[in-house]
Amino acid sequence: MIAIVDYGAGNINSVKKALEHLGADAQGTSDPAVIAAAEKIIMPGVGHFSRCQLLNEQLRIPVLSAIKSRKPFLGICVGMQWLFDGSTEAPGTPGAALFSGECSRFPASVKSPHVGWNQLEVRAGSLLLKGVKSGAFVYYTHSYRAPVIDETTACTNYGGAFSAAVERGNIFGVQFHPEKSAEAGLKILENFCAL
Amino acid sequence: MPSERLAKRIIACLDVDAGRVVKGVQFQQLRYAGDPAELALAHASAGADEIVLLDITATAEARKTLVETVRRAAKDLFVPFTVGGGVRTLEDAARIFDAGADKVSINSAALANPALIAEIAGRFGSQAVIVAIDARRGAEPVETAEVFVSGGRTATGKKALQWAREAEERGAGEILLTSMDRDGTGAGFDCELTSVIASSVSIPVIASGGAGNAQHFVEVFSAGRADAALAASIFHFGTHAVADLKQTLLRAGIPMRWPC
Repeated sequence: MIAIVDYGAGNINSVKKALEHLGADAQGTSDPAVIAAAEKIIMPGVGHFSRCQLLNEQLRIPVLSAIKSRKPFLGICVGMQWLFDGSTEAPGTPGAALFSGECSRFPASVKSPHVGWNQLEVRAGSLLLKGVKSGAFVYYTHSYRAPVIDETTACTNYGGAFSAAVERGNIFGVQFHPEKSAEAGLKILENFCAL
Repeated sequence: MPSERLAKRIIACLDVDAGRVVKGVQFQQLRYAGDPAELALAHASAGADEIVLLDITATAEARKTLVETVRRAAKDLFVPFTVGGGVRTLEDAARIFDAGADKVSINSAALANPALIAEIAGRFGSQAVIVAIDARRGAEPVETAEVFVSGGRTATGKKALQWAREAEERGAGEILLTSMDRDGTGAGFDCELTSVIASSVSIPVIASGGAGNAQHFVEVFSAGRADAALAASIFHFGTHAVADLKQTLLRAGIPMRWPC
């Protein structure tokens, strides 16, 4: 069973629907026991980074211990940003600090939010992005983004390069919405289900 | 690195009345041409970047089918999916999201109760709220364009430009701007109106009303500065319509999601 962590940051239905389409058993939950029992964990999230405060207060320990026990974990959008140290959007709300760096707003030179389909530059060797070609389009909707780091497996250029995807061991994050990214997105979710 | 170019979006709109798509539809491979679920999928596979389902049902009784229609249409659709026309309260929006929509489009309900924008955005995120603006200006300057409701029959006294800015401040994630002057004419989008509004807000503006041919899309993405363009009937001439349109736009130097 894949647990979809529901911490009140938006709508988890689209992710659940995509996983069910792929034949996976997925369950939306905010119950630490369900997270502990899951084989894999997906954490979506939209909106303001301060929403992670609730996550930190109620689910930080169960989610981090699941990650520590080497269960595959995928953070989507704000769920990926949470894997970093934090975000200038909500300086008082810490991230999980599993990847180093701070998320920040797009520069004023580009329209923000970044909404729509943009291209990935995929680095070789990613398990999550296996079979996804460089140049593939994925769907974004966000105003803050994570820096490019050693663990970045794909970048997108918008007001400079940012991390579209990060990966280390069992920990994965994508800034775009695979559940809304047509074939490329379904391929990524399928790769995660197959881990 | 890929060039720094966010693709402009082509959005297919399905006008639905009592659970059936009403505008002329000619997807020949479909068994039941008026079915919103089949048509949403057909448009997505034909290359539409996004689907909007607009409920134009007149009676409250027939409108009860909307949630079920949304659920069926959303089931196998993996591109952004917006629903408009039946959303008057936060509870309505919650039901639509629960049925599988990613965004709701609100129009007269937002004008009657502007706080609704922040209510929905607060719970589901700004990216989930589109404020639809139906504007009319006749031959007058863009600044005079007025917001209309009830399918363009009722003037509100609000100026489109001010309302777009207010909607953004209240938490809207996108503006869906329909030119009532151009809607249904096939004479092209109101690029001047679109450009002024797109330059006045930082959220994306979706242009609507007047699409008649591919050149109209080239114009609205260049001179009109639109981030996305929406049309209904132009996509109903066959499955290749969206692909052909995107090819024309790419040749004109407009960034598109391609192949799709």
